Amino acid sequence: MADVRGGSYRERERSTTIDVVGDEPIYGTDVPNAADLEPEHELMTVNLGPHHPATHGVLRLLTTLEGETVTDIKPIIGYVHTGIEKSCEDQEYWKAITFVERMDYLAYYFNAMAFCMAVETLLEEEVPKRAQYLRVVHLELNRIASHLFWIATAALDIGAITMLWWGCRDRDLVLDLFEMSGGQRLHTRYFQVGGVFEDVPPGWAAKCREFLAVMPERIDQYEALLDRNEIWVRRNRHTGVVPQEQLLELGVTGPLLRASGHPWDLRKAMPYSSYEDFDFKIPVGTVGDNYDRYRVRLAEMRESLKIVEQALDGMPEGPWITPNRKVALPPRHELATSMEALIHHFKLVTEGFRVPPGEAYAPIESPRGELGCFVVADGSAKPARVHMRDPSFVNLQALAPMGEGGLIADFIASIAMLDPILGGIDR
Amino acid sequence: MEVKRQKLDGLKVRQARAQQMLRGDLEGDDLEKYVEERVLLTRFEDAQNWARKNAIWPLGFGLACCAIEMITVIGSPRNDLSRFGAEVIRFTPRQADMLILSGRVSVKMAPVIRRLYDQMLEPKWVISMGACASSAGMFNNYALVAGADKFLPVDVYVPGCPPRPEALMFGIIKLQEKITGDPGLGWRERYGAEGTEEVA
Amino acid sequence: MPDATGLELIAQRVRDEVGEDAVSGTTFFRRQATLQVAPGSVRDVLTFLKEADAEPWDFLSSVHGCDYLPEEPRLGVHYQLLSMARQDRLNVKTRVGADEPTLPSVIELFPTANHQEREVYDMFGVVFEGHPDLRRILMPEDYEGYPQRRDFPMGGEPVLFTYNEKKLPNWYG
Repeated sequence: MADVRGGSYRERERSTTIDVVGDEPIYGTDVPNAADLEPEHELMTVNLGPHHPATHGVLRLLTTLEGETVTDIKPIIGYVHTGIEKSCEDQEYWKAITFVERMDYLAYYFNAMAFCMAVETLLEEEVPKRAQYLRVVHLELNRIASHLFWIATAALDIGAITMLWWGCRDRDLVLDLFEMSGGQRLHTRYFQVGGVFEDVPPGWAAKCREFLAVMPERIDQYEALLDRNEIWVRRNRHTGVVPQEQLLELGVTGPLLRASGHPWDLRKAMPYSSYEDFDFKIPVGTVGDNYDRYRVRLAEMRESLKIVEQALDGMPEGPWITPNRKVALPPRHELATSMEALIHHFKLVTEGFRVPPGEAYAPIESPRGELGCFVVADGSAKPARVHMRDPSFVNLQALAPMGEGGLIADFIASIAMLDPILGGIDR
Repeated sequence: MEVKRQKLDGLKVRQARAQQMLRGDLEGDDLEKYVEERVLLTRFEDAQNWARKNAIWPLGFGLACCAIEMITVIGSPRNDLSRFGAEVIRFTPRQADMLILSGRVSVKMAPVIRRLYDQMLEPKWVISMGACASSAGMFNNYALVAGADKFLPVDVYVPGCPPRPEALMFGIIKLQEKITGDPGLGWRERYGAEGTEEVA
Repeated sequence: MPDATGLELIAQRVRDEVGEDAVSGTTFFRRQATLQVAPGSVRDVLTFLKEADAEPWDFLSSVHGCDYLPEEPRLGVHYQLLSMARQDRLNVKTRVGADEPTLPSVIELFPTANHQEREVYDMFGVVFEGHPDLRRILMPEDYEGYPQRRDFPMGGEPVLFTYNEKKLPNWYG
């Protein structure tokens, strides 16, 4: 392409703003609509996946192309279907937490949270304030980690490989915190029914504050790298736009919906786990293109940092798990002195707690949208049915309207910005 | 600065000596010492295996949770897989020689994995990462294949759910040891599976 | 969540507008409102709730199946409705027998139901009439049975480790 604006590339890169890029048609996007093309144009079916670098896992997409224009997209999923929902029916409630965590493997705290919330609703169990705050801290750290991994891989898809190293570098800082509090990097099973497994160790808050201090600067770095990067702007701006009404019809929630300007966030709309105590904003986009999705997620990371800071500042003293011995294990030291504690411990470990029959649906705001857990209890110690309404699964339906009519290269950007987690989609 | 200049001088001296040797100036004990210092003798196969073990090209292939840790091993500056010469991720199986099965293998995915494996060129190796790929782990149910070794030969099993990055790196080092010891024939020779070729 | 009175009011409105036998009951449990409807009138009830009700429910957040094995009719399908304007949720639930489980599809009304109805079909075998593309979604297309029904075996197999090799002879066959 001829350099129309003159000047060296470096100069232009520095001076590129959204205004400069403007609304001029991006090279190649002014191809006619599929309907207007001559009938002799041949359609080509391209099979993307299940092993494909751009599909973030084992997503398979049957795309029909007309030249480089995508005319039809059929997602084929199920390649990591694990039957977790069925496996949960064979486990006691407290063991099922381990299973549900492995659904959406970037948002494990959220899975555990949704499940625990559903079970707590059934049990009518009150969660102590400190546990709620600890949960909020971990959820928001997990949101940051998830978004970091998203930006690392999404930018990699668009060609910004630097973001892979940077995103992974900073995500490791969060994982260190998880390791300190929960003992493992992924799938910590820190959340219990009735609270959290253990109080955070001494020094954890200080380490968390170190992270909070370093992270805003890191987000500045990402913005410096990407926000005005000409390639990034040109590939993301005005691509993958889906009207807000259609997103709502398709059941899309989370950053995708917020990028189109709809400020729907369950943390604000229907607060749970003391989210009403914190002061934070809901970032929304204006156009709903891929660039807005990127901006919304980065802004969400900043808001999450704010929430973590407020939660650390206002962390109340007190128990971190419900004192109800029928649900939560007694503290270790009581076992040596109290017969009752020993019996409770034995009952809980061998049989688990029983949950009164009923059904509950517990929705929370995961990094990708509304994550709902539906639990049916039949009065025994094992759930009769566990279902996760996973946001990736529902949001995936928006992929076809995002891609159809655009170029296949823009479609790849749209997959990246959709942030599908195949473990959550297939469960 | 001083130190640097000395080093440079040393290099120059050595270069000069090498030139002299070419002229036939070094003889006897000096030559012996020189050869001992600078020439390494080995068998060709060993040299080949040494090169092979330090130039593993993994297939960029992720399945589930373990894939996240696998990407951390590759992408995180803290772990940096290139120290072991295995950071060149190839997304096409025809250019890769190591398959890391990172996650659960479902009945729907198993034929795809086998096909990917068959497309890889010999010599090729497989690491089964995590409990799910090794034995279906905690999800022993209708949807999963209980162990990827049911349909392809696995060289190294890495335990964990998911394994830490260090564990995967240890697995890769173990695989390197295996490559050093093994002349790297095809997997059928390695596992005594001659005669199982499928005739198309 | 609508409170118990609100739920009864909704149920009464549905009875008045859709039909007396459209609603088979209401459950208010743990502050979550559930409207039980007859399987044949699911689409009518959801159409009414989305479009004609005084308090519309415009967002379908989830469709999921459930198997209540000893009870009859066995299979349940839940529609989680959400009203973003009122920050309120309503669960619409219907029950069908396992012998001939058919329900009208609501995909015209809520396009989001597309994948979710396919999942319910895949896992429980509930046939949604009017769904344009009712195929298996998560399991392989040639799979037999509906794996998340409660009478479907958990599956899995004993994993062979070196210590149990003798215990499990013929594990390969």
